[in-house]
Amino acid sequence: METFAQVVLDGLLSGMVYALVAAGLCLIWGVMDVINFAHGEYLMIAMYVSYWLGFLANIDPVVSVIAAGVFIFIIGALTYLLIIRYTVGKPPLAALLATFGLAMFLKNLCLNRFSPNFLILSDTWLGGKTFQLGGLIFPAPQLAAAALALIVVGLVYLLINSTRFGWAVQATAMDREAAELMGIDTERIYILIFGIGGACVGIAGGIMPSYLAVHPEVGSLFGLIAFVCVAMGGFGSIPGAFLAGLLVGVAEALAGFYIAPVFKYIAVFGLYLAVVFLRPKGIFGW
Amino acid sequence: MMNTKVIDLKDALWLLLLAVLALLPLVPFVSGSFFGMHVLILVLLFASMAQAWNIIGGYCGQVSFGHSVFFGIGAYGAGMAVVTYGGLPWGGILAGMVLAAVVAVIISYPCFKLTGHYFAIATFAIVEIFNRAFLVWEWVGGALGLDYPVIEEGLANLMWYETKEGYYYCALGLFVIVFGIVRWLESHRFGYYMRAVREGQETAESLGVNSTAVKLGAMAISAALAALCGSFFVQYNLRVDPPMVMSLDMSMKFVLVTILGGSGTLAGPLLGAAVLIPLQEYTRAFWGGLGGGVDLMIFGVLIIVIVIKEPAGIIGILAGIGKSLARRGGTAQGGA
Repeated sequence: METFAQVVLDGLLSGMVYALVAAGLCLIWGVMDVINFAHGEYLMIAMYVSYWLGFLANIDPVVSVIAAGVFIFIIGALTYLLIIRYTVGKPPLAALLATFGLAMFLKNLCLNRFSPNFLILSDTWLGGKTFQLGGLIFPAPQLAAAALALIVVGLVYLLINSTRFGWAVQATAMDREAAELMGIDTERIYILIFGIGGACVGIAGGIMPSYLAVHPEVGSLFGLIAFVCVAMGGFGSIPGAFLAGLLVGVAEALAGFYIAPVFKYIAVFGLYLAVVFLRPKGIFGW
Repeated sequence: MMNTKVIDLKDALWLLLLAVLALLPLVPFVSGSFFGMHVLILVLLFASMAQAWNIIGGYCGQVSFGHSVFFGIGAYGAGMAVVTYGGLPWGGILAGMVLAAVVAVIISYPCFKLTGHYFAIATFAIVEIFNRAFLVWEWVGGALGLDYPVIEEGLANLMWYETKEGYYYCALGLFVIVFGIVRWLESHRFGYYMRAVREGQETAESLGVNSTAVKLGAMAISAALAALCGSFFVQYNLRVDPPMVMSLDMSMKFVLVTILGGSGTLAGPLLGAAVLIPLQEYTRAFWGGLGGGVDLMIFGVLIIVIVIKEPAGIIGILAGIGKSLARRGGTAQGGA
């Protein structure tokens, strides 16, 4: 029983980080109906930012999170300005393929610059520390990442649901033309949404080097899992993406522990199929 | 006036395609270089793969990212016939095609209830599930994959070591089979059904088209042909493992070549492959050594540029050129 609880706890902790990665994607998808294929690569770049700040300037990932978030905010906004803007009004696949090209470019740029080696940051503040609570072991870096994820997802949710900016975003998502007639600068909304979506994944990636090795392929799987979370949660629903992230984290941990590590992702993707076959628009979709 | 010009353009593209086809069998006598042959074989293979995808993705409008599963099943069909059972590949190729069609129907039936991105992500999920399952499935070789033994070369074993000419003619045969089937479908009743479903499922159904049956049929044909391409791929590579054939990257190649060439058109997949594959292979040959990645960086940028500039694909660029030429011809005549 204790093992089971521990496995579920580990799943929940990684699930919160998935939820944060997914929340960024969810925002972009919900507002613009664009699947950003380079989302996982944003995460990878954020991890490199945090790694190099730690390695060269001895700044801990807990602090670099801010730099990584800001950096990916800029990259996200640039992605919109340089690429996504030109795919509006073209076939729905255009944005997906263009961002796939971007993902390919970013992944191989990092491969070329930083080599395919796994880079691990040693001597971080949190690295390797754990503490116990009632028989359960909490690894400090994962716990910090989960807590951070919870806070950021909460803030994004509040931003979208209870600020003037958030209402403008929702109006833009519902009907771009009508929103423009109401005096909303939708172009600015799109830029900011891409930036904020990027910042979410940037923050997630910023803290990860505390406990995960960095390499050019690290983002691909996270990107895929984020797609699955967002679609499972339901189109554009941040609470849905959050719930789906937790479900995915727990499913992954249980299958990995009780069956075999390789079954982790069979369980995750199988869960997605099971959910959408029952509810074709996701848990909170309509 | 406008209509005649469109028909002229289509005829011109047809003539171009026929000319290319007529010249292709002569290439092995002209091109002595090993690498050149390799590129040509890959162009034919990827054109065939893209054309197989084009049936469901282009003509029928169901954008599947799951074709690497069918490709992989075909590859494993041939591979296991040779490696595991020590026989000729032919039975395995046939079994792979049938199995791929059956798997396609089984997994597509529930997936077709999903729309848009939900469908696309479901097909990603299926690729990942097959990939992991094959990695741990001992019977199909697991993560180590299947390595071909050295056996007698020739058409019976579908294997050559000394030259690539045998492979070249097989790839050409594959190309002709796949393009022939699609050409036949295009003008056959079923082809019209597929396009009707793409343009509007409800409208098609209101006219008595059973859209589910059409989509499943198109998927089955597409999957069987993708499996045929997969079995050629494994015979050419003489090795197969799960990440090599059943991966998202492989699935994306089916989609990219078709879309960048021009989806829903007969010539599109050939155009896409004829531009992208040499580009990929030559950039890899030139820049592949520079710490790696430069070839794929260029490839990525190219994808972005084509998608942004010409969403109709290379065939759209050609159509644009054709139109402007026709216009110039028209004004010149008017001036004279």
